[in-house]
Amino acid sequence: MRKSLLDHLLDWAGRIVLIAILAFVLLPFVVVAIASFNDGAILSFPPREWSWRWYANAFQYRDFGAGLTNSLKIAVFGATIALIAGAGFAYVLDRYEFRFKNTLNGILMSPLIIPNFTIGLGLLILSAAASLPRNLWLVVATHVVIVMPFVVRSVYVSLQNFERRFEQAAESLGGSPWHVLRTITLPLLAPGLASGGLFAAILSFNEFTASLFVVNQSTQTLPVAMYNYVREYADPTLAAVSVIYVLAVAVILLIVHKFFRLEKVLNVE
Amino acid sequence: MSSETRNDAAVQIDGVSKSFSGTVALEPIWLKIRRGEFLTLLGPSGCGKTTLLNLIAGFLEADEGELFIDRELVTQVPPHQREIGIVFQNYALFPHMTVAQNVAYGLRTRRVSKAETAERVAEALALVKLQDFADRRPRQLSGGQQQRVALARALVIRPRVLLLDEPFSALDRNLRTAMQVELREIQTRLGLTTVFVTHDQNEALSMSDRIAVMSQGRVRQIGAPDDIYDRPANLFVSTFVGDANLFDATLQGVQGGAAELIVGGAPLPVETYQEDLPEPGPVTLFVRPEQCRLTGAEEQGAVPAIVALSVYQGSYAELHLDCAAARGGRIMLRVPAAKALPAGIPVGIALPRTGPAIYAVEDADKEVA
Ligand SMILES: Nc1ncnc2c1ncn2[C@@H]1O[C@H](COP(=O)(O)OP(=O)(O)OP(=O)(O)O)[C@@H](O)[C@H]1O
Ligand SMILES: [Mg+2]
Repeated sequence: MRKSLLDHLLDWAGRIVLIAILAFVLLPFVVVAIASFNDGAILSFPPREWSWRWYANAFQYRDFGAGLTNSLKIAVFGATIALIAGAGFAYVLDRYEFRFKNTLNGILMSPLIIPNFTIGLGLLILSAAASLPRNLWLVVATHVVIVMPFVVRSVYVSLQNFERRFEQAAESLGGSPWHVLRTITLPLLAPGLASGGLFAAILSFNEFTASLFVVNQSTQTLPVAMYNYVREYADPTLAAVSVIYVLAVAVILLIVHKFFRLEKVLNVE
Repeated sequence: MSSETRNDAAVQIDGVSKSFSGTVALEPIWLKIRRGEFLTLLGPSGCGKTTLLNLIAGFLEADEGELFIDRELVTQVPPHQREIGIVFQNYALFPHMTVAQNVAYGLRTRRVSKAETAERVAEALALVKLQDFADRRPRQLSGGQQQRVALARALVIRPRVLLLDEPFSALDRNLRTAMQVELREIQTRLGLTTVFVTHDQNEALSMSDRIAVMSQGRVRQIGAPDDIYDRPANLFVSTFVGDANLFDATLQGVQGGAAELIVGGAPLPVETYQEDLPEPGPVTLFVRPEQCRLTGAEEQGAVPAIVALSVYQGSYAELHLDCAAARGGRIMLRVPAAKALPAGIPVGIALPRTGPAIYAVEDADKEVA
């Protein structure tokens, strides 16, 4: 059957809307990417002269290197701790009935409604009151509080969809609860756990507001370093850093995607 | 005598019951499963079959009652120490392991040596004719093959009891029949005590040594297939297993071992296998279609009926008859296809003098399956 004129119009309208949405989402990045190649020392758009020099500057600027190192450390430690604690909590939530279960769940989920700056401020006051050192672990702790609810949610959903018959079959075959957890439950949940951990790491890597409160000069994260830079200089270095940032995250995601396809090949679904 | 029967029981269920947040899934149940026997739990959806199986396996904790396996009290024993083999409807093969690894799982938990494991896995796979599939992943197998792997995995540990929860209901008909035969052969050869759950009466009748018919959390009758089919203990069993024709009748009394009935206005003395008959008065008479004989409309003592519909079934035809004396006004008979009658023809139904059962009317109102 031939398409009517209306169908064609709808077709085209659909495509235009799709492109518009994509453009809207990508526009900020595109603008920043173009601005990063501007030779001039002020962030102007569109650029008149092109150059790589802000990229060179980005790599030479000390605070960015240190910030990146801090951010990576914090993301790795924070995501790992949040994953272990969050997965454990999700498991308990899914498998056990106990008093105050709902209350505990509510408290754990509250960071979703408490703004990040409140969490940062709260931990700052707390660490000062307890005269804790303002080292990297304080930042890690802050990030754990922020990302853990997301991990709990994602692992909880995987557990809800988990086929309990696998565990029952394994138990009937003589597997003790601990053995079954190691040989059946964890391997089958691995993709869900990995995606939860990855999600936590990316959230932590991007976190700015709460970090601003709890970092000092030596523990500042990359986003905080960028913020401090832009308060002093208005050149396109920051645009260059942004582009590097986005590319780095994209590369990590691609690698993980490969890893997940591999998981599929191994039939861990 | 009582100690002997006790020794004989591979599984003994003593007053075990189970409720889920107030709803009763299983009333207290007493059941002895004999060593080496193939026992089927048969009943409609939601009657508690899976709950009972889960209690035997230890996945659920009984609210009350005790459970013995091989005379050992196991009520408080966790599933991994019960030495029970279990096969589920959806197979539950571990997707991240090969067929051989799946079958070896229960041997590795028992720390069986590598050499013996290899030997026993090969043996179990040979038993289910899957020697050549050891290195495949479960998803590379057909449904029937997956079910055979699940069976091998459960058998390789030499369980004290084998539990199967509707293992074949996801298979198509031919495969299903083949698997039924295969399972029964293996079970007999190994002399394995087996509890099989199904809601398919044909499967139950053809495979079992004994059938426990369940409804609403209770065992309504337990017995050999022919007991269940020929001598149902109550109206529920009679209508759930096989086809049933039910007539409104009046019981007048019992004389010389025969119950004096009036059916469709005609007197009918019936010798039944039942020990307890209902009080004289209105009753329900249960007759299998094959016990009814088609006669001419005028035949003496026959219940009058009119052909409503004839359904061709290949080797035979189902005659659906309008009959004023029948409960619901309808009964069904099977006749050779060549003898099928067109709609509208008046006929008579001669009822048998031995074989049918008589139930109280109230039972009929609440119990027809
Ligand atoms: N975990 C549970 N929580 C609450 N109710 C349950 C649970 N498991 C079973 N039930 C209820 O107990 C009753 C018996 O369930 P069961 O699964 O034993 O039935 P079944 O005979 O196996 O049915 P089917 O043929 O559909 O599998 C049902 O009414 C069911 O809703
Ligand atoms: Mg069931």
